[in-house]
Amino acid sequence: MTTLAPAGVAAPRAARRPPSPMRRRQNAAAYTFITPFVVVFLAMIVVPLVYAAYVSVFRTQLVGGTMFVGLGNYSRALTDPLFLSGVARMALFLVVQVPIMLGLALVFALLLDAGVLFLQRFVRLGIFVPYAVPSVVAALMWGYLYGPDFGPFAQLAHNLNLPPPAFLSASWMLGSIMNVVTWEYIGYNMIVMYAALRAIPSELYDAAAVDGAGRFRTAWHVKIPAIRPAILLTAIFSVIGSFQLFNEPNIMRTLSPNVIGTAYTPNLYAYNLAFVNRETNYAAAIAFLLGLVIMVVSYVVQLSGQRKGDAR
Amino acid sequence: MTATTAERARRDSGERKVHHGWSTDHPRRSVLLTVLMICALLYFLLPLYWLVVASTKSNADLFSSFGLWFAERNSFVANLRAVFTSYDGVFLLWLRNTVVYAVVSSVGAAFLATAAGYAFAKYRFPGRDAIFSSILGAIMVPTTALAVPTYLLFAKISLTNTPWAVILPSLVTPFGVYLMRVYAADAVDDSLIEAARVDGAGEMRIFFRVALRLLTPGVITVLLFTLVATWNNYFLPLIMLNSSELYPLTVGLAQWQSTAAAGSGSQPLFSSVITGSLVSVVPLMVAFLFLQRFWQSGLSTGGVKG
Repeated sequence: MTTLAPAGVAAPRAARRPPSPMRRRQNAAAYTFITPFVVVFLAMIVVPLVYAAYVSVFRTQLVGGTMFVGLGNYSRALTDPLFLSGVARMALFLVVQVPIMLGLALVFALLLDAGVLFLQRFVRLGIFVPYAVPSVVAALMWGYLYGPDFGPFAQLAHNLNLPPPAFLSASWMLGSIMNVVTWEYIGYNMIVMYAALRAIPSELYDAAAVDGAGRFRTAWHVKIPAIRPAILLTAIFSVIGSFQLFNEPNIMRTLSPNVIGTAYTPNLYAYNLAFVNRETNYAAAIAFLLGLVIMVVSYVVQLSGQRKGDAR
Repeated sequence: MTATTAERARRDSGERKVHHGWSTDHPRRSVLLTVLMICALLYFLLPLYWLVVASTKSNADLFSSFGLWFAERNSFVANLRAVFTSYDGVFLLWLRNTVVYAVVSSVGAAFLATAAGYAFAKYRFPGRDAIFSSILGAIMVPTTALAVPTYLLFAKISLTNTPWAVILPSLVTPFGVYLMRVYAADAVDDSLIEAARVDGAGEMRIFFRVALRLLTPGVITVLLFTLVATWNNYFLPLIMLNSSELYPLTVGLAQWQSTAAAGSGSQPLFSSVITGSLVSVVPLMVAFLFLQRFWQSGLSTGGVKG
């Protein structure tokens, strides 16, 4: 987590001698401040994680009750075509959707920062506004827009005597969901990058100006490297978000139940295992594995971001 | 540290300050780029425009009129009445639940994150770095991976199907702690704290009377973003709640949608789902619009130091 470690937090003033009464009072205060958070943190994150690990090494059967199976659920998951195809689908989602979303967000942020647009504030807010829309509502709206019944695209195609675009068919569905997610989160990512761009110290620009760099070169060589931490942050959050995909496919499922099965995404699969099939042990193993996949991929993203930084 | 100092200076003098810019010459605005950007903007506003148009149509008109333009009759009021009165006014209950869950969770989460972030930034105590690292590590733990085990644990202590099942897990925002630490490191001057100590103020008093005021933009940012996260939360309430009178809007609307899509006689209508969706998005948009100044400056902290 090195990239997330804050730079320049107040320098330590502590000396290596037994704590003075004042020091002790301050320590007590500090623990008082962090205790409420730490208690909830332990109860809501650490305990469930440990519990998931514990539950995942058992198996419950109608006949025979609960028994210890070691890593049995994990080996089952790693050979379960439903789980693996869900992970593969999310990997594809990640590789296609995240670069498009972050690339567009970066372009928009650079344009806004360059001050080359009229109606700046309006544009900025307009792009950001989908972030305030619940993903359930976003999926509902796009679902209706995609729909063959009263979706405007189907209506237009009908008037032109064309076949309606099959947004909700098996081959288009993943792309349709990518579009919904992109629509929802471009604005948020743009705002994070834009905020970072606004905070670039002007000395950097002066140096570029002395070098006679043009706008595109300044953007490429000064601005983008300067906001690398922000871009990395959005990338990691996007990785976490994509693998967890649940809301949008679960809503789209009501429109296209045959296309989106019970295991379209790993999360949907874990949900159906736990609450429909009542296979909670296996669901816990899936949830744990999914968390592991996400942490590994985020770590790789972070490392690759770092290495580029070091090379400079 | 220059970055945030500059940022703060800009914040203080209002957003309109002249941009640090490209070079010495003034940036020239481009009509072409603006037109292209407006086209992009249409993409972002199209679904919302459609939602507004569709909410003025009766269920029959949805099917018989063109989606991107109004029907001859305006049925908005009738739709609104249907949304709020059908099924004994359960929609109003959902709206209330959403408000309660979102407000309690976000206020609680912002408070916990602020106190912890402030302590991490301004005190050097044994175990600080280890504790903070584990909190940072938890940013990467997917919340949905926690949902199933949390459900199982809550079921053991009969917390499922209660408001607490939705509120308690929403109180932890590791990213909020990180953001508040970065924000507090800068916004609260060490010399100010020292001066207050010399004056004989206790640590609690310093936090509540001195620091909290300086931390306000950061607090509002964390508050607003946890508010959005809980207002829009779907997965957690879906698995935790059984009784429809405890549902938030997201779960309720999704349920209406699935019965409407299954489509038979007395089911809720698409027009109700659509108008209900419109009602559910308005409050957050208004909140973002009015609190713009705060969240935009608060966000820059996370992005800059991130």
